[in-house]
Amino acid sequence: MATVIIPTPLRKFTNNTAKLEIQADTIEKTVSELTHNFPDLKKHLLDEKGQIRSFVNIFVGNDDIRNLQQEKTHVKPDTIISIVPAIAGGSR
Amino acid sequence: MIIIDPIAKQVLLNDAIGAFPDECCGFLFGKEDSYGNRSITQVQVVVNAKKGDKRRRFAIAPLDYIRAEQFADEQQLQLLGIYHSHPNHPAIPSEHDRVAAQPFFSYVIVSVIDGKPHTLRSWRLNDQSQFEEENEVGSLRSEV
Repeated sequence: MATVIIPTPLRKFTNNTAKLEIQADTIEKTVSELTHNFPDLKKHLLDEKGQIRSFVNIFVGNDDIRNLQQEKTHVKPDTIISIVPAIAGGSR
Repeated sequence: MIIIDPIAKQVLLNDAIGAFPDECCGFLFGKEDSYGNRSITQVQVVVNAKKGDKRRRFAIAPLDYIRAEQFADEQQLQLLGIYHSHPNHPAIPSEHDRVAAQPFFSYVIVSVIDGKPHTLRSWRLNDQSQFEEENEVGSLRSEV
């Protein structure tokens, strides 16, 4: 099963679990399984159209899925998936 | 409540001075007790990855974020927040800061006026996604 690393700010929605094992063969199915198991995660990961939010990055190893096959990116049992919140801001 | 170790605080202040007139940014690591009190013991400086005007914007590269989570895991610390500077601007979060902010994290902002750190304040989103200031034991709201 692939390992999903939950970022610290979202761990309160996964019972404070940092790493989850998910049985799925694509990122799309992984996210679907995650939000099924932890419904409060959904609004933080997906927009109203069910697409991954623009300020949420999903990495397979060190690669952004936007540079792979997006949500259709294949996942292997030893894949490490990181959910990475966009960190940004500024004075004005 | 949030307490920042003096050495860690000096690291982020030095970063704010060195980056001026650009914004600096980095991570805050430490522990949170069962009452929600936070103790920041380590600061990690990262590159402001914002493409464009770094004088009023910052961004942290996703791979730096991944490494920060790994570091926290390895050191048995918690990734508790983010710091950044506001060059020639108050240490108050902007609407841009608020919209981009994550729940749970403490957002420490250092105001740097004419190259010198002026004020350091810490903020955190409440359940209505509005920033509330965190109290620090020490000199958080005083001039630094």
